[in-house]
Amino acid sequence: MTDNPEEIKKHVKVYITVFAALAFLTVLTVAASYLKLPLVPAILVALFIASLKAGLVAGFFMHLLSEKQVIISILAVTVFFFVVLMLLPALSSSSLYVS
Amino acid sequence: MSEKQHSHDLPFWRKYIFSLDHKVIGIQYGITGLLFLFFGFCLMMLMRWQLAYPGQPLPVIGNLFSERMMVGGIMLPEFYNQLGAMHGTIMVFLGVVPLAVGGFGNYLVPLQIGAPDMAFPKLNMMSYWVYFLGGVAMIASFFLPEGAAQSGWTSYPPLANIAASGQTVWLIGMVFLITSSLLGSINFIVTIVQLRAEGLSFFRLPFFVWAQFVTSFLLLLAFPPLEAAGVLQLMDRLAGTSFFMPSGLVVAGKALEVSGGGNPLLWQHLFWFLAHPEVYVLILPAMGIVAEVFATNTRKPIYGYKSMVCSVIFLGFMSFIVWAHHMFLTGMSAKMSSFFQITTMIISIPSVILLTALALSLWGGSIRFSTPMLFAIAFLPMFGIGGLTGLPLGLAASDIHLHDTYYVIGHFHYVVAPGTIFALFAGVYHWYPKVTGRKMSEILGKIHFFLSIVLINGVFMPMFILGLAGVSRRLYDQMQFAHAQPTQPLNVFMSVCAWLLGLAQIPFIINIFGSLIWGKKVDNNPWEATTLEWAAPSPPPHGNFDAVPEVYRGPYEYSVPGQKHDFWPQNMAKEN
Amino acid sequence: MSDNGIRYISKPHPVTGVTNSKLGIWCFLASEVMLFGGLFSAYVLLRASAPSWPHGSDLLNVPLATLNTLVLITSSVTMVMAWASLALKDFSKYKRYMAATILLALVFLAVKSVEYAHKFEHHHFPSTNTFYAIYFTLTGLHGLHVLGGVVVNTYFLFPGSALWKKDPEQFKGRIECAGLYWHFVDLVWIFLFPVLYLL
Repeated sequence: MTDNPEEIKKHVKVYITVFAALAFLTVLTVAASYLKLPLVPAILVALFIASLKAGLVAGFFMHLLSEKQVIISILAVTVFFFVVLMLLPALSSSSLYVS
Repeated sequence: MSEKQHSHDLPFWRKYIFSLDHKVIGIQYGITGLLFLFFGFCLMMLMRWQLAYPGQPLPVIGNLFSERMMVGGIMLPEFYNQLGAMHGTIMVFLGVVPLAVGGFGNYLVPLQIGAPDMAFPKLNMMSYWVYFLGGVAMIASFFLPEGAAQSGWTSYPPLANIAASGQTVWLIGMVFLITSSLLGSINFIVTIVQLRAEGLSFFRLPFFVWAQFVTSFLLLLAFPPLEAAGVLQLMDRLAGTSFFMPSGLVVAGKALEVSGGGNPLLWQHLFWFLAHPEVYVLILPAMGIVAEVFATNTRKPIYGYKSMVCSVIFLGFMSFIVWAHHMFLTGMSAKMSSFFQITTMIISIPSVILLTALALSLWGGSIRFSTPMLFAIAFLPMFGIGGLTGLPLGLAASDIHLHDTYYVIGHFHYVVAPGTIFALFAGVYHWYPKVTGRKMSEILGKIHFFLSIVLINGVFMPMFILGLAGVSRRLYDQMQFAHAQPTQPLNVFMSVCAWLLGLAQIPFIINIFGSLIWGKKVDNNPWEATTLEWAAPSPPPHGNFDAVPEVYRGPYEYSVPGQKHDFWPQNMAKEN
Repeated sequence: MSDNGIRYISKPHPVTGVTNSKLGIWCFLASEVMLFGGLFSAYVLLRASAPSWPHGSDLLNVPLATLNTLVLITSSVTMVMAWASLALKDFSKYKRYMAATILLALVFLAVKSVEYAHKFEHHHFPSTNTFYAIYFTLTGLHGLHVLGGVVVNTYFLFPGSALWKKDPEQFKGRIECAGLYWHFVDLVWIFLFPVLYLL
């Protein structure tokens, strides 16, 4: 991370913009819930908006967009195993089990 | 102005009890781990009495046990179950892993990479004490009114959910142990990535360091789901939730007053998501030790070092996607079991590559048959038997008959007991001179080895026969089942071997303590080895090296043509 | 370099480009991803296998949780501003932003307590059904992480801040790491909120 005061001031502007975006997306996701969509579209919309928010926090507040290779690599491996973990319930779902 | 005192200024309790030095912490882990291994062994020796002579009073010491454990010296089934659950838990989580990773890893990794210490010394110290507290909790649970956990080391609900209070203490103990492991794994990863000496690229690392590196990733990423599962089981037991309790459960004729709606399989999935990578945590440091002992005692490089490194990385990765081979009998579809059979078969490939590379490392070597080398060589066929007997378990068709029988117990003990633990013994004999400045007795060592290798096979080989005959595991008395009665006499043989095996450890215990006083004093490099730990004094001082070493070559430059000596240390600038 | 010779505490490693603590905290966060992943996985399994599952908005207080979401997001901004203030060498601004972060976190916990108290008053406990079981467990574990963050941040606001005078680079690095942890706590809530309250 650079220590140049000018760069930091630019980053501060970005942080404020990201904050506004996050606040807006929060309102958006609550509004979407009032649409009372069926379950699957509701899940997709909610997770999509949440992923956008998470991406903003991770990319800008946590500086992941400019982070070094070693950390990106560790996170990539983690994300892969996280996906495996999230597939775990699917493995237990009744359609994959003989009754 | 340095505010940190030099080590010789520190009071005793800060130098030896709450030390920040990785070597002291490594020794703490090592001693505590060995003590827990001994305790777990004693639990097994008690079990083996009941197995050999079901319902017979235990002579002499039977009266020392409380009425809740033994009545008139006859073991109660509840106590047998406690012994079983705690033997497994203690050996895996309090014995082998702390010794292999916390002990050997902590002590050797900074030395082998030329670092003054681990990246986070305070975190290192915390890891040890959190482990210690977890161990205290586990041991203390034996003294609860209804005793220790007794639902197997696997703690399957619904049984574990409704079990007595010992199970709650087990869960709390596990939270401590998992936390300790997590903190430790962060330390190892950062240390190995950041603190390698000048010139020590990744492919110049000793294989032991690679093994610890992959092991740390397994601990980092696989343990948290078990921590989550532990929290869920604690909630079920303490807050009355039904994460794992299905609806409509009836216990002893009475419907359980829980909300229901839970799923026992959820526990199994989360548990095995950790517990499968955990078995690679048990084996990888052992392979690392064997590689180091082999290179030193064959006076030649390890065969296929690059293949071994690629294999160990691939193995670590695959270990996350095989877990449901522990669950073939839960009613899963052919599609799902096919997936896990395929991944399980694939994971045997890197295992075989590692074992073959180690075996080929012996070919053409000038072998020194020292005690550490004997244990390390024995590791190969013993791990081979363990690995081969895993194949019928990893294939669903045969696993249907062998699951939860003694065949499984034989399989996993072969890999861990004459496998990993023999490698750990090799490590103790090999690095004792570095840690203490003295050599262990070769005579006592060889007695220890020859007795152990014979007796340990006597304990575990018959288990395959019992398993193939259909004898279930975790049985208090197999004579209750007609199909199991014919194999009962084998239990007597196994138990006698187990008790003699216990006695066979006495030369080892005498050797460890006695050599501190009588052992031949050594200099930096008594084995004439090449890796960096042998460049430091024996024992190394606080800070390990005077200056950051510089590394000029790979870790196994033995018998290099044109050199005067048959070893060329990594940090030696000039010819040798 | 510290007194015990450990390198790359304040200055990044020339090849990896990171300090030890930066790499360490990311490893820790990776393990936390797997921890909350295990719980989210449990949630999916329980919901998918349940014959019926209530709508979060019917049982839980969406307006309060929306407020809490905005509170936590704001605290993430103040946290990164605290770090930026140190980068601009403005220690008093750092103190103000850090104090704001801690206060917002306490507001979050207070709102959560109100929510929990309301549930308990109406006899809705973790043992009531699996929805409440996973709701209390997920938000409870998250709340414990918020509390942990409050403790760490308070340490860095008061006794820990003495390091700023001795080694400003190392202190700034510590605040960056504390920030990474704090943003992660925010991240978990960003998923928890819609999953539990809106679906």
